[in-house]
Amino acid sequence: MFDISVMLDGMIQYEAEIRKAIGETFFMVGMSVVAAIIFGLPAGTLLFLCRKGQIYENRAWSWVLNSLVNIIRSFPFLLLVVFMIPLTRMIVGTAIGTLAASIPLSVVAIALYARQVEQALLDVPRGVIEAARAMGASKLEMIVKFLYVEARSGLVLGLTTSTISFISYSTVMGIVGGGGIGDFAIRYGYQRFETELMTGVIILMIVLVQAIQYAGTTISRLLDKRS
Amino acid sequence: MLSLQEVSKSYDRQSSDRLAAVQAVTLTIEEGTIHGIIGPSGAGKSTLLRLMNMLEIPDEGRVVVAGKDWTAMSESELRQARRSVGMIFQQFNLLQNRTVSGNVSVPLELAGLPKKERAERVRECLQFVGLLDKAEEYPASLSGGQKQRVAIARALANHPQVLLCDEPTSSLDPKTTNDILSVLRHVNETLGVTIVMVTHEMDVVAQICQRVSVMEGGRLTDSFALQPREQAGAIGPPKSYREQLLVMEGLGDV
Repeated sequence: MFDISVMLDGMIQYEAEIRKAIGETFFMVGMSVVAAIIFGLPAGTLLFLCRKGQIYENRAWSWVLNSLVNIIRSFPFLLLVVFMIPLTRMIVGTAIGTLAASIPLSVVAIALYARQVEQALLDVPRGVIEAARAMGASKLEMIVKFLYVEARSGLVLGLTTSTISFISYSTVMGIVGGGGIGDFAIRYGYQRFETELMTGVIILMIVLVQAIQYAGTTISRLLDKRS
Repeated sequence: MLSLQEVSKSYDRQSSDRLAAVQAVTLTIEEGTIHGIIGPSGAGKSTLLRLMNMLEIPDEGRVVVAGKDWTAMSESELRQARRSVGMIFQQFNLLQNRTVSGNVSVPLELAGLPKKERAERVRECLQFVGLLDKAEEYPASLSGGQKQRVAIARALANHPQVLLCDEPTSSLDPKTTNDILSVLRHVNETLGVTIVMVTHEMDVVAQICQRVSVMEGGRLTDSFALQPREQAGAIGPPKSYREQLLVMEGLGDV
């Protein structure tokens, strides 16, 4: 029989560990969000601009970028983490720990968000680019002053969806000692048969995801003046 | 002011043959005129208009604007040159996520004008089209006619010598069409801006154009001068639908 008081007692008992685990999750997800913005946004923009009929139309680049994004996304995430160990070691000097775990997570983040960016930009009416060209905008100006302005709510929604995926991905990072809330739930809740504790952690994650989705939707709505 | 010399443009199609959208067109637009280009859908009118500011790069021929050969320019020279030619569209093509004044400000930002002068110029342009009171609103809250006025204000921001209009009234109702046409006539008369207008609406051409070119199947088939007739709708009180329709039927008095 499930007992809420056992759950709460367990969570209070392990409060310090839970705090630490949440901190690790925030670190890993935070790193991947930053990677998504710094690299995923330009990658997605390029993915869009290289499409047929766009300003950098280029079949070869389009093929290379698409393949790269698809390959990364088709890896079962756990396998990608293991497969990337040599690369991770090259970048941060070790393959173990929270920082090391952030590397494969960031790689997936870039690929995932790039796709979302491409989709958001596809929603911008073609006429906007035509107006930009008629005004003598440079390519960079077209991207920053026209495309991103019109796609901004979609870009935020895409980042929200991606961030929630990153949280989900981050739960398997125990495999390389990345820690985090998912790792905590498995080690304490599952492996020690403390089902109540695991449930408590799951509830925490549900609250976290809800909060992120709510924030993302609200910001996106505030930015959207199109209707 | 603006001339096309033996300009051609064709497109790749799915099937093996190429679509010749514009074939060896030679056309001169006189300075200070309102020049209409009329013809059926698919005649190549819009392509012809886009050749005038080189949004479409011609396969052959030369595009000369204000004495400069645009076809010989580099990409960055071309960008500079395009600022002296304004353009408005059937679908307005405003930035939905910027306010009315933000939209008019865009071309000035691209031209690198300092903030203070920008604000001043935006005011002037909005005043000119009579939308100063809507400056802080977003396009979504405007009517079609108001959106087109914003687009005109935006096109005028950089003091263009030529204004290219691609079906500017085709998605507007008859009364709003008259409003926009009087704004365009005002632009032509008070600012001396040369206007080239593509449309399939016969009465729009009859109302404001001083010269007309007819385009069919990618070629110019006719070109002649026209005495624009002042329509009552543009000056006096607007006629009701009832009056307009009955007049069309030739029933005269209502």
